[in-house]
Amino acid sequence: MARTVSIRESSGDRLFMVLVYAFLTLVLLIVLLPLLYIVSSSFSSPQAVVSGKVWLFPVQFTLDGYKAVFNNPQIGTGFLNSLYYTVVGTLINVVLTVMLAYPLARKTFYGRNMFMVLLVITMMFEGGLIPYYLVVKELNLLDTRWAMILPGALAVFQVIIARTFFQSTIPDELSEAADLDGCSDIRFIFSVVLPLSKPILAVMMLMYAVGHWNAYFDALIFLRSPDLFPLQIVLRNVLILNTVDASMIANANQMLAQQGLKDLLKYSLIVVASGPVLIIYPFVQKYFVKGVMIGSLKG
Amino acid sequence: MSKLNNELHPLSIPLVPTAGRYAPLRKIARHWQLYLVILLPIAYLIIFKYVPMAGIMIAFKDYNVIKGILGSPWAGMKYFNQFFDSPNFWLYMKNTLGISLYGLLVGFPAPIILALALNEVRNGLFKKSVQLVSYAPYFISTVIMVSILIVNLTPNVGIVSKLFQMLGVENTNFMGIPSLFKSIYVWSDVWQHTGYGAIIYIAALAGVNPELYEAAKVDGASRIQKIINVDIPSLIPVSVILLILNLGNLMKLGFEKIYLMQNPLNLATSEVISTYVYKVGLLGSSFSFSAAIGVFNSVINLTLLVVVNYIAKKLSNNSLW
Repeated sequence: MARTVSIRESSGDRLFMVLVYAFLTLVLLIVLLPLLYIVSSSFSSPQAVVSGKVWLFPVQFTLDGYKAVFNNPQIGTGFLNSLYYTVVGTLINVVLTVMLAYPLARKTFYGRNMFMVLLVITMMFEGGLIPYYLVVKELNLLDTRWAMILPGALAVFQVIIARTFFQSTIPDELSEAADLDGCSDIRFIFSVVLPLSKPILAVMMLMYAVGHWNAYFDALIFLRSPDLFPLQIVLRNVLILNTVDASMIANANQMLAQQGLKDLLKYSLIVVASGPVLIIYPFVQKYFVKGVMIGSLKG
Repeated sequence: MSKLNNELHPLSIPLVPTAGRYAPLRKIARHWQLYLVILLPIAYLIIFKYVPMAGIMIAFKDYNVIKGILGSPWAGMKYFNQFFDSPNFWLYMKNTLGISLYGLLVGFPAPIILALALNEVRNGLFKKSVQLVSYAPYFISTVIMVSILIVNLTPNVGIVSKLFQMLGVENTNFMGIPSLFKSIYVWSDVWQHTGYGAIIYIAALAGVNPELYEAAKVDGASRIQKIINVDIPSLIPVSVILLILNLGNLMKLGFEKIYLMQNPLNLATSEVISTYVYKVGLLGSSFSFSAAIGVFNSVINLTLLVVVNYIAKKLSNNSLW
């Protein structure tokens, strides 16, 4: 009796596991197919793409779309601008975040609670779009590179994550001992806190950098000059608003004067623009996962 | 400064926290460098967070660029009433809440289901691949995400619209059909965020006490029973917190993706409060009117957050504060 019961249950479990594997395979396919389709299309001839012949493999292999992307000066400028905003912005982000998070992590820091309240309030209330825009305008930052860096110089959420990390990894005894030995607070940050915090600094850097690379809202509201535009704004103009300017066609005149050129360019551009992040991502995946974990400690 | 430090020599008595009148001042003086360090980020908070908060008063004024915020005359609730009375008020509210609630209904359980499924699978190449692939879309920017959507949904060309055509769907110009906007928005969000959202639940499941599984095994529980009686209860604390945060953000519907997905054909269902604020305020320069809508939006958000938190505290003892 007992034996039949256990067999029946295990076969039920087996069926359940088949369903679980089928479900996860389906998830895998649903995520991969749209991406695979774009990569294949980007290597196919415009005619094949427009006539709907491309499914999962390139049809009539060609690199024309990529040639058009790399010949486009707008995209190059956008790429360099984004690189600038990402590097400078991330650097400022990390420095300011540590500067705020570390003092708040020190139990002996007088006024700590007051500063914490000051910080948490900003997570619950906000001025909204118009006052935010007006502040940047009053500071004369509109249409400058600083408009892409200063308004978002700090993410409150990252400060709270960093503070939690400092509190749990740097014991009070350490700072007290350093204090007794005559080590100043600033020197303590440089020679003890930072070396001990490499994991959180790496996570923070990655989070901020991806944020800068992918951001487009601040550029949309603050920037007017095309030579300051980050890649995402250029992408929006080309991919979504369909404004391929004359220079783009003129450069690749001979080979791309065919129908469907603009479409092909879109596919290649999606691959080129999202490629860097998606290629680097598997190597740094564990850091992102770690970031989510540290963030969840808060809750 | 050095004199002060000498006074506080380790062996001297004042090191013990003194209850004297100047104790706070001494503490500050002793760690003056920390205050120097915190000065810059605090200045940032004041300029870019607190000054805009004070700037909310623009919603109650007739803002005039020349007179500035302080010099402009008060207008009371004029702009709030103007918004409530406008014919599109209910439409934008309906669109905003409709997309938010739909998104929550589908997007909230999705990562939990994925995490539960992944938790059943043994660690190995298959599990790693599913995780790697499903996290990846999170790192795609909004602009690229919307482009991927448009390209895949292009009638007769995109793979998704071709698949639907094979299933017998007639009109495949999905991006231009107003009634489909919500679904496209929500399901593409699920596509992009489910994998990454599952990470936190996978971590919670990894932390379940193994004794509970042992006990379930001894009791002869099947896999499904084990999920219902051990796994799901262990996810409740995390999910309640995330649910509170999500509900508090119901009206904070992301501007970026919706704005990019809008086209003249789908505006009837795709215009939401945040896109309207942008269009009226920055493109149309009606600063006060637009700010009033923003304030209205924040007030609802904050109320929701407080109410939901209160309910969660009463019902499950899990809350943000």
